[in-house]
This record gives sequence, structure tokens and C-alpha cells, in this order.
Amino acid sequence: MSKIVIIGNGISGVTAARHIRKNSDNEIVIISAESEHFFSRTALMYVFMGHMRFQDIKPYEDYFWEKNRIDLVFDYVNHIDTDSKILEMKGGSKITYDKLVLAVGSKPNKFGWPGQDLPGVQGLYTYQDLETIEENAKTAKHAVIVGGGLIGIELAEMMHSRGIETTFLVRESKFWRSVLPEEDGDLITRHIIDHKVDLRLNTELTEIIAGDDGRVKAVKTSEGDIVECQIVGLTAGVSPNVEFVKASKIEVDRGIKVNEFCETNIQDVYAIGDCAQFNESINGRRTIEQVWYTGRIMGETVAQTICGNKMPYNPGPWFNSAKFFDIEYQTYGLVLANREENENSFFWEHPKGKISVHVVWDKASGEFIGINTFGIRMRHDIFDKWLKEKVSVDVVMSELRSANFDPEFYRTYEKEIVDQFNSKTGRNVELKAKQWWRNLLAK
Amino acid sequence: MKNLKKIGFVVFMLGIVLFIGNIFMGEYKFDGDKIRSHFDSTPDVFDKGDSIASGFIDAVQQYEATNSAPTTNIVTFNAALPQIIDRHNHNVSDALAATEGLSSDDVQSVVSGANQESGIVYSEEVIRGALGDNENKVKMLVDNTSWMYTDQRDFADVAEFESTLQSKVDELNGSVGTQYHISKEKWSLLDINKAMVESGAKTSTWLWFFLTFGLIIIGSVIYNGTNYKILGEAGIKNDGIYHESATNRGWVAWIVLLFLVGFYVALYFFPQYIANAVLLVDPVSEGLSGNPASQWFLYGFIYCVAMSVMAIRMYIKYRHNRYQIFRTTVVLFFQIAFAFIIPELLVRFNMPYYDFKNAWPLDYDFFFTYNIESLIDNGTLGIFMLVWGIILTLIIVPIMVYFFGKRWYCSWVCGCGGLAETLGDPYRQLSNKKMWAWKLERYLIYSVLVFAVIMTGLVLYTFFTGSGSLFGIDTYYISVVYGFLIGSIFSGVIGTGFYPIFGNRTWCRFGCPLAAYMGIVQRFKSRFRITTNGGQCISCGNCSTYCEQGIDVRAYAQKGQNIVRSSCVGCGVCSAVCPRGVLKLENGPEENRFGNEGPIVLGNDGFELNK
Repeated sequence: MSKIVIIGNGISGVTAARHIRKNSDNEIVIISAESEHFFSRTALMYVFMGHMRFQDIKPYEDYFWEKNRIDLVFDYVNHIDTDSKILEMKGGSKITYDKLVLAVGSKPNKFGWPGQDLPGVQGLYTYQDLETIEENAKTAKHAVIVGGGLIGIELAEMMHSRGIETTFLVRESKFWRSVLPEEDGDLITRHIIDHKVDLRLNTELTEIIAGDDGRVKAVKTSEGDIVECQIVGLTAGVSPNVEFVKASKIEVDRGIKVNEFCETNIQDVYAIGDCAQFNESINGRRTIEQVWYTGRIMGETVAQTICGNKMPYNPGPWFNSAKFFDIEYQTYGLVLANREENENSFFWEHPKGKISVHVVWDKASGEFIGINTFGIRMRHDIFDKWLKEKVSVDVVMSELRSANFDPEFYRTYEKEIVDQFNSKTGRNVELKAKQWWRNLLAK
Repeated sequence: MKNLKKIGFVVFMLGIVLFIGNIFMGEYKFDGDKIRSHFDSTPDVFDKGDSIASGFIDAVQQYEATNSAPTTNIVTFNAALPQIIDRHNHNVSDALAATEGLSSDDVQSVVSGANQESGIVYSEEVIRGALGDNENKVKMLVDNTSWMYTDQRDFADVAEFESTLQSKVDELNGSVGTQYHISKEKWSLLDINKAMVESGAKTSTWLWFFLTFGLIIIGSVIYNGTNYKILGEAGIKNDGIYHESATNRGWVAWIVLLFLVGFYVALYFFPQYIANAVLLVDPVSEGLSGNPASQWFLYGFIYCVAMSVMAIRMYIKYRHNRYQIFRTTVVLFFQIAFAFIIPELLVRFNMPYYDFKNAWPLDYDFFFTYNIESLIDNGTLGIFMLVWGIILTLIIVPIMVYFFGKRWYCSWVCGCGGLAETLGDPYRQLSNKKMWAWKLERYLIYSVLVFAVIMTGLVLYTFFTGSGSLFGIDTYYISVVYGFLIGSIFSGVIGTGFYPIFGNRTWCRFGCPLAAYMGIVQRFKSRFRITTNGGQCISCGNCSTYCEQGIDVRAYAQKGQNIVRSSCVGCGVCSAVCPRGVLKLENGPEENRFGNEGPIVLGNDGFELNK
């Protein structure tokens, strides 16, 4: 029996701990300086908006950890001594380990803007950020959000829920244009404006201005405008939270360098989740992946390796989802922001402009590459199978009815979508009747 | 628009205040004319009604002669009323005992007739011999003392026989004239209150109907209707639910609780105190059934009103979600048509009051003797209702649960569910999600089911054998206990009264025996499940938080497992509030119903997943 110490109690670290427990009798310790218990980071916004209490976003009841013999330490690791396998804690104690898993997550990017550390300027990542924004929101009338990505729009929605006017600075020509194709970005961009958010595209932050009280008073944009505000949300992406690792012998680049088994350069030290940087791209993916799902997959995988069943990180076809105000988004496979040379695409949008489907396939072979849907839910299982089997886009389009995951009685648009697909692409897809989706999986 | 919403709120509150105020208003008086018209429905004919009325007036006068306190408001009136009824009933028995009861001479002649050389001989023959041709007296003894016959028991001597007979005769004399007695049951007290009160609700019923129900309806329609604009675009709007004291167990929630609990306690146990409220709906009741309203009619009316105005709220809140729209419409239809209007119309056409959708054991008194007898007495239709009720429980319910899950009943048809899904929707997040609550749920709900089955079995035993007890258990007593504990306290006072604190499905989750029965079917033999969409769950907790049945939906979803739980009523809100499109209510083949069984979630190709 060995002692496994995991630093970080986010989805990666906790998934690793759960699976180590399932597969072994090892002693497990999770260290976190952020919160006593695991919570769902993606749900912080709902606590602020009053949908849930903090206790509701904890996926496991507090008794869970003791019952599963997972020791929790609420402290900060100052230094990792890999030679003697000792963690030096801020609280003064020392924790030994046999195997160490670094699941320390990320921190918001700051690009050296003047005034970026003023009171009232913050990101939205940690539990402490939630406490800060609760405090900041008490007196705020106007907020400026910098960075047009997922956390940016979450912050905008949070401000909207409290009636705080919001200016949203987005560097690109459309919201999340670095990830979404033009049409998709356009749909969400319109939706943001519908919510009375002062959206400023092609605009960057140049300076944050302090008031007499030393708090943020306004920002200056690249257009030269001054926007008065009491909150500035910095949401221009996140980067691995590795400062405290740099003093150790563990190799760090942008993230903690790991091989396909999530092993660092030091024996018995692993890194998973947002903070890990793979030496080489795996399954064609980026070397740093900062998504809930990849953190979970790495946690599942590293647990196997630690428990003696050495297993490489092997994520399946890409998938993701999000919600932008009232519009849900799902993606399966790879729909790039800008189409590659070899790719063809088809975009369908509902006349009211809140529902859309974007499909991408290979020009030459017709192989289905990916799909984005807005306002329509799709079945993960089926797309996972189609992507692995490299089916033709015609198969996907003909089986759209069975792939739909919307609640019962919802209006569906497969007929319109396929009709338009046929007329625009010259292909001849026949829409099939809905069948029990598991029959499709069995085929 | 926000100002309009405030106006709606003010109008609504004004209606509520007037509704409560109305109950306590008016003058309560034992007035001779009113007494006469209440008890004597045929004033032109001299009949029983005249006797009761004048007897009651005498009792009132006797009461007033010995009690100087006035009886002019709701409290003092109802303090005096039972005493006056007692006095009246006592007077009646006293007066009639001489003529219709058995005098001491009668007893003596029976005793001497029975005292024979061979010992005490008591039989119908002896009674006839002693009392001769007075058929009434003969009948009284034959009907009530046959257990004293010689072939039934022995008496040691004349003294024992005489004392036994005398005490039975005293008892019989006390109940002489029951047809002239006035009942002290709740319905009778309510009726007398309704008759005696002099109030706005009585004299200007429609005006007060408008000032109470009218303002409440108008106010809440405005309040709920303005949400259409205020909430903005269609979509999940749960902003601020845990910031509002009405929905986070704050002080507003406790005030609402007090109001609801107070209402249920009055309704079930002290309906005489809400006579003025019942008077408000008399015209509606007369329009439907032809009869004046009872407290149950008032309850049904309020129930329908509450569901209707809160259905407007549901239509606006979930206008993007057709499952919620359809479900709300259907459950509202079943409440208004099947639970409220049709039974009243049946009464109008002299048919038995019957709610065709109310299935035993939720409808726990379906097999009570009075109900079975009333159905049998009503010919073909009554027999049909009896058979329908049995088919509904034994065949239709399980078959429908097999195909659609218990949601077909709990969320689409049932009245309790209907109120929970409309009036109770703002409180759905308050259900307890902890493991101990789930354990408590399983103990409680199946205990109630067992209780209901045993109670019904005993009642049926009595119906078929005529014996009032089995294994020493008084079957009538146990049915009364069930009605009080489960039928009134659990389902009403706690089930609905505690909406603002325990959430909206307390009864359905912890107490309903029909839900327990359907839950067993749903768990083990059904095509229904909530499918988890592969690996898309982010463990945010919206599904668990907004599950009114306290199911920790997330615990399944984050493992990629489907949700197959006996308690799920299929409201569909977990699916609605999910920000990532993870949950879908579905009916499908039983094979693979539980979905992914392993701990690994879809998206990780290092593992072979259960397909």
C-alpha cells in the first residue's frame, strides 16, 4: 500500500482519487488551498445568480470523503521536494508521499495591462473569485468584461442577472470567433446584444484607471473610449497554475510537462488536467487542454497507471458544450473557426435566428468531421460512434432524427435542415424515420 | 412593467386580506326565523322539521337563560353551539322516552315474565308476552337485547338479569328520538354557521366573491402575466431564487406556511369557522350540483383557481419547453374536469359523486363500506364506477407505468401532482437531496402503502363478513386513524402546508401509497428512464437542485448512468434546467435501460464502455 497525494481538488484530482480508491487500497490525500470540499467550478456562476447555494454545487455530500477513506487537507503547498518526496506546506507541516499527482488547474491570464491588479479587477475561476465578485457587485452599477470566451459570457450573464450594466470588450470580430465559425459566432453575438449588453467587437483593453479611493473607476479601450465601471472582469483565457512548481525539479514549460501516461520527468510524479502539458500532441489535440471533460478523462487514466495498469491518455472524439444566456451549444468532432482547404460545410439557421446547425465534412471522401448545434441537443453516443467509424456526412444527415436529444414534444427541424442541405450541396440525402437510438449504436 | 407587477401584487394581497377578513366578519346570532328556515325545509307542512326547529329554539333560550355571555361573533357563537345542540338532543330524548321508550313498568313486566320456575328464561316470546301488542317496544328489545336470550347466555339470578336489562334500557331510552337529534358532526356545525351568520358574504355574495376571489385572480394574473416581459427571452429563469426569502426558506416562506397550514387545519378539523368563505362559493356550487357548497367544494374551487393562475406562471416560465406546456395543460384539465366539475354534475343528475381518475390507494376510502354501498345502490353506473376503480388500480395503472413511467399519473393526471407542479413549482428546489432523506423516504412511503393495504383489507373484511373486528383490531377505528394521520395530516397539512419549507412534493415523495405502488413498477418493470447524454455532464447540480423529488440526479449523470428511480415523477425539469443538454426523459426498450454501468464516462477511449 502506498500513499498517493493529489494536489488540487478540482475535477481532475477528484476523479483520479475516486478511481484510485475503486482500484486499490492505497492511502489517498487530496490537498487544496481553495476549498475544503470538491465543487463544480463551472457552476460558480449559478451560485452568484441565485439558482443554487454553494452547498448545491458540491457533487458529493461531505461524508463521502471519509466513507471512501480520502483524506482532505485544506492548506497550500509551498514547495515540492521530489528528492525526499516531501511537500512543505504553508501551514508549516510536511506531508510525505509515495506518488504525487499535480492537478493544480489554471489561473486567469493577465497581459500586463496597467491597473490589472486594482481592487475591483478580477477573474472568475476560484471560489475566492466568487466571494470577491459578491463583494464587488454590492455597489457596482457598471461592469466591463474583457475577453470574448466562455467565462466572459458567463460573467456577462451574471451581471445581467443582478441588473448591472455591462460592457463587453471582444478582440475578435464576433464573440468567441477564435473557436466558432463566422455564422455561429454571429448567432451568439446577436443574442448577447439582445440582452442589452454593450458589446464592443474588435476592441481591446488598453488601461484600467483607478479612482481616488484606489479602486477601479474606468477602463480605456483600444478605440480610445473611457468606460466608467466598478468591476472589471478579466476573462482572456487561462494558463496553467505552475508558479509554485517552478522551484522544484519538475519540468515546467507553459504547463507541467508530461508524457502520454501523464508522467512528469520525475519518477512517481504525475500531472493531469488544466496544468498538464503533453510533450506531444495526442490524437491530434492541443498539448494543453483546459476543459472539464479532458480533466476528467486524465483523472480516470492516471488512476489506472498509478494502480498498476499502465494506460496512456487516449481521449475519444472531441466534444464540448456550453450555454450562452438562453442558447445551448454542443459540439461533436472538430468544427474549426475557419474551414480547412479540404473541408466542406453546411450551415442551417432557424428563421428566428436562435437555432442553428453547422456540419463539416471532407470534400473528397465525404467523411463527417464535426457538428456544432445551437438550440438543439444531440446524442453524444451516436456522434462518438459516427466519428470513430468515420461515417459519411450523408449517414449523419439521414439519421438526424435519431440523433436528436431534445426533450419530448419539442419542435424538430430535421426536415428543413436536410432539404436545405440537399439543395445547397447537391447531395441527395433521404431523411430516415426516427428509430430507437440504441439500435443505431448496435449496428 | 415592473410597476404593473407591483400593482398585481398589491391587488392580490388585498384579495388575500379581504379573504381572511371575510372569514371573521359578520354577526352570528341564534335567530328564531333563521333557525326555523334552516331546520324546517317545508314550513307549510307540520312535520319533523317544525319539532326540531322549536326544540332548538327552546334549547337556545335555556342556554341564554343560564349563560349571560353574548354569542354574537364567530368564536363565542361556536363555543355555545355544541352545548346548545347537546341540550336540544337531551331534551328530545327526555321528552320521548316516556312515549317511545321503555318505562319502569315495562321493565318490570319483562322481568316477571322471564322469571320462571326453571330459572331466567328470556326470548322473543317472553318479550311479546310482557309487552303485548306495542310493536315499537317489542322491536326495541328484540333488536337490541337478543344477546341476552337464554340460548345465548345464563343469568345467576333475577337481580343480575334485571340490572343488565335496566342498564340496556337506559341506554336505549337515551337514544330515543334520534331522528329529532341535531348532529354535532363538522358538516352540521358548518351548515348551522352558514345559516345563522349575517354577513356580507351572505347578503352580497357576488360582491364579496369579487373582493376576494376576484381580486386574488386578477392580481395573480397580472403578477404572473407581467413575467412574460420581465423575464426577458424564453429560457430557464431561475435568477434570484436563493436570494428571495419566499423561496429560500426565509420569513416570507414561513408566513405563507402559516397561512397554508391554518387553512388546512380549518378545512379538515374546524370547517364551521370558515362558513363565510364557504358562503362565497354557494352560487357556484348551486350552478354545478344544485346544492349549497360544503367546505370540500370550497377546497375544490380554491384548488382549481390556484392551479389555473399558477399554470399561467408555468406557461410563461417554460414557454420554450413544450413538454412543460403540454404537461401543465393536461394536468390542469384533469383537475378541473375530472376532480371538480364532473363529480358535481354527477350529483346534479342524482348519480354518485365520483372522480374517475382518482385511483386506490391514493383514493383510500374507495373501498369504505359507505362508498361501495352507495355505488352498488346506484345501479349500472354505480357498478361501472366500482369496476372501473378496480380496473384502474389493478390493470390500467401498472400497464401505463410500464409504458410511460409513473409520470403519466403523477405529473400528467393527479390532482396532488397538479397542485405541486403549479402552486408548488416555486418551491421545488427545497426538497432534501441528502442520503438520509432518501432512506427516510423509503421507510415512510412503503409503510404508508402497507398501512393502506391492511386498512383496506380490514374494511373489506367488515364489508363482506359484517364483523367489526379482526385479530382484535377494530376495522372502523383503523380506517379513522388512517384518514386522520395519512389522509388529513400527511397529505394536506404537511404535504401542502409545508410547501414553502419542505418543497412541493413532500406527500408524493414520502407519503403517497399510490406513488409507492407505481414506484415499484417503475423501478423494476418499465420502459421509462432519464437518459444521460454520454459524457456531457459537468456536475453543476442544477438537475439535483431542481428535482422536486429530492433525487440526486447529478450522482447518476456525472457517471454517465441513466436515472432509473422509483420516486421519479417525470416532471422533466432536470432536463429543462440542464445547461449542457445532458438529460432526456424517454420511453424505450427495457434492455440497457440503466445505460453505462461502469465508472468510466464516455469520451475516454482508453476503456471499453458498456453499450
